[in-house]
Amino acid sequence: MEPILDIKDLTKTFRNRGKSDLTVVDHVSFQLYPGEILGVVGESGSGKSTIAKLITRLIDATEGSIFMNGRDITHAKGAQLKDIYQQLQMVFQNPVGSFDPRRTLGDGIGESLRNHGVPKEKCRERVIRLLEQCGLSEEFAGRYPHEVSGGQCQRAAIARALAIEPKILICDEATSALDVTVQKQIVELLLSLQKANGLSYLFICHNLALVQMLCSRVLVLYDGKIVESGTPDEVILSPKSEYTKCLVDAVL
Amino acid sequence: MDELLKYDHVEISFAGRPVVHDVSVSLEPGEILGLVGESGSGKSTLIKAAMGLLGGNGLVTRGDIWFRGQNIPDLSDQELRKIRGAQIGMIFQDAGASLCPIRTIGGQIYESMSAHMEISKEEAKKRSLDLFHKLHFKNAERIWDSYPFELSGGMNQRAGIAIAMLMNPAVLMADEPTSALDVAVQKQVVLEMRQLRDMFGTAIIIVTHDIGVVSAMADRVLVLKDGNAMEYGDAGQVLKNPQNAYTKKLLSAVPRLRRN
Ligand SMILES: Nc1ncnc2c1ncn2[C@@H]1O[C@H](COP(=O)(O)OP(=O)(O)OP(=O)(O)O)[C@@H](O)[C@H]1O
Ligand SMILES: Nc1ncnc2c1ncn2[C@@H]1O[C@H](COP(=O)(O)OP(=O)(O)OP(=O)(O)O)[C@@H](O)[C@H]1O
Ligand SMILES: [Mg+2]
Ligand SMILES: [Mg+2]
Repeated sequence: MEPILDIKDLTKTFRNRGKSDLTVVDHVSFQLYPGEILGVVGESGSGKSTIAKLITRLIDATEGSIFMNGRDITHAKGAQLKDIYQQLQMVFQNPVGSFDPRRTLGDGIGESLRNHGVPKEKCRERVIRLLEQCGLSEEFAGRYPHEVSGGQCQRAAIARALAIEPKILICDEATSALDVTVQKQIVELLLSLQKANGLSYLFICHNLALVQMLCSRVLVLYDGKIVESGTPDEVILSPKSEYTKCLVDAVL
Repeated sequence: MDELLKYDHVEISFAGRPVVHDVSVSLEPGEILGLVGESGSGKSTLIKAAMGLLGGNGLVTRGDIWFRGQNIPDLSDQELRKIRGAQIGMIFQDAGASLCPIRTIGGQIYESMSAHMEISKEEAKKRSLDLFHKLHFKNAERIWDSYPFELSGGMNQRAGIAIAMLMNPAVLMADEPTSALDVAVQKQVVLEMRQLRDMFGTAIIIVTHDIGVVSAMADRVLVLKDGNAMEYGDAGQVLKNPQNAYTKKLLSAVPRLRRN
């Protein structure tokens, strides 16, 4: 099977004025296959969100390449990017900051649909259905980002990412603000979309139990490098790297 | 023992619509209260109310919140500013947004410390870097000189934790302080917060979805759903032998790590 995402030697060095260069993603290579849930765990500050931002082209790679469906998207811009976002969506680690504070959540969730010419009434129906799937009532469509709780905003961000039915969803700590009962509902939603639409996930997550439950493979990141990878059982039950061992031991 | 902070039949509303109903809970010096419950149940609202941080359309519409003989909802902005940070500290759920985007972490720490105590910049930095190391920051000097946008989600969260702890408040409100942290750092943060309590008698309210964190820290637990208190009592009791149907459901949904 061809990978839907193929990441080769991806590297990011931040060069900020007056500061020394900082390589935070260091020759990272991995593949995501259609219908797969690939977990990414790792140290805080190890480069997980940076990898997500590189793949979604929010920042430019210093080195390496990103292939989506065999197509090189490492330097994609403009119209090509718009094309890419039809298939690739992301739920950001900080949901509140990812919504425009002056627009309602319903507006934000429906934006990608409107951009693709979905008529107003259809768009509204779809937004309400998405909210409902994420455990939020219709009323939330009219709320502003600062008028909802942390977990409600996170669910609105999931609804927004799912709106145009992408093929790949990058979840950056997408369930970390949810209580376990709501988390369960969201996990079930993600699994049902994996089955029904063959959606693939890059699932960045600190919760090892959740990774164990959800993912078919997992990458462990430390200091910008992949230090270990395998099935959750391989990685969690018999960790090889020092860092993974320390991680598994630290679970409360 | 004397109560340090006491919510007495508190109702809180946004734009006239109540979201927290008739909640009573109190905190003794040195006590750690775990606040858990459904997303949207009013956890953040409850702790923000004790700092007068409900925003434009939020109001305590019934009941009192007593802190050291003062009823918080009755206080002026000026009086609240004296309490905020120095007496009641807050670690915000959205750490990144609670930091000032255009000032370095070090600048922000020094500013908030010097507003409430006599301290030189060198001393503020020394104390900060000490705490940074304990919070598993590898390059503490870099963090001190960084802007929030140059740090990861979990690094900003730790910066927020450091700012709140360095002020050494009597009460520390921690809203999901470990949600962006890997479990190794999380464990360390739990340790540091417990140590703060042991050394200074700091009372802590910790809001968290992580039942493991609650059981590692809390003396008492309050469970909220739809703005109502479902269960309130000794942490061991509530977590091991929940009485309320919602608490039972919540605890049974916790994904557990299989280790073999
Ligand atoms: N714009 C930037 N300029 C300089 N350094 C940056 C910038 N953005 C991120 N970094 C650095 O890159 C490293 C990786 O950050 P990243 O956000 O990818 O970590 P992460 O693995 O997502 O961590 P967390 O789990 O805490 O969210 C960190 O050391 C951070 O300080
Ligand atoms: N400014 C506001 N205007 C209107 N409603 C609000 C406002 N802020 C919060 N709410 C509502 O109040 C309720 C309680 O919100 P709160 O943020 O306290 O929940 P929470 O328990 O902290 O949830 P989470 O775990 O998701 O962070 C929610 O239903 C939310 O939508
Ligand atoms: Mg991150
Ligand atoms: Mg909250």
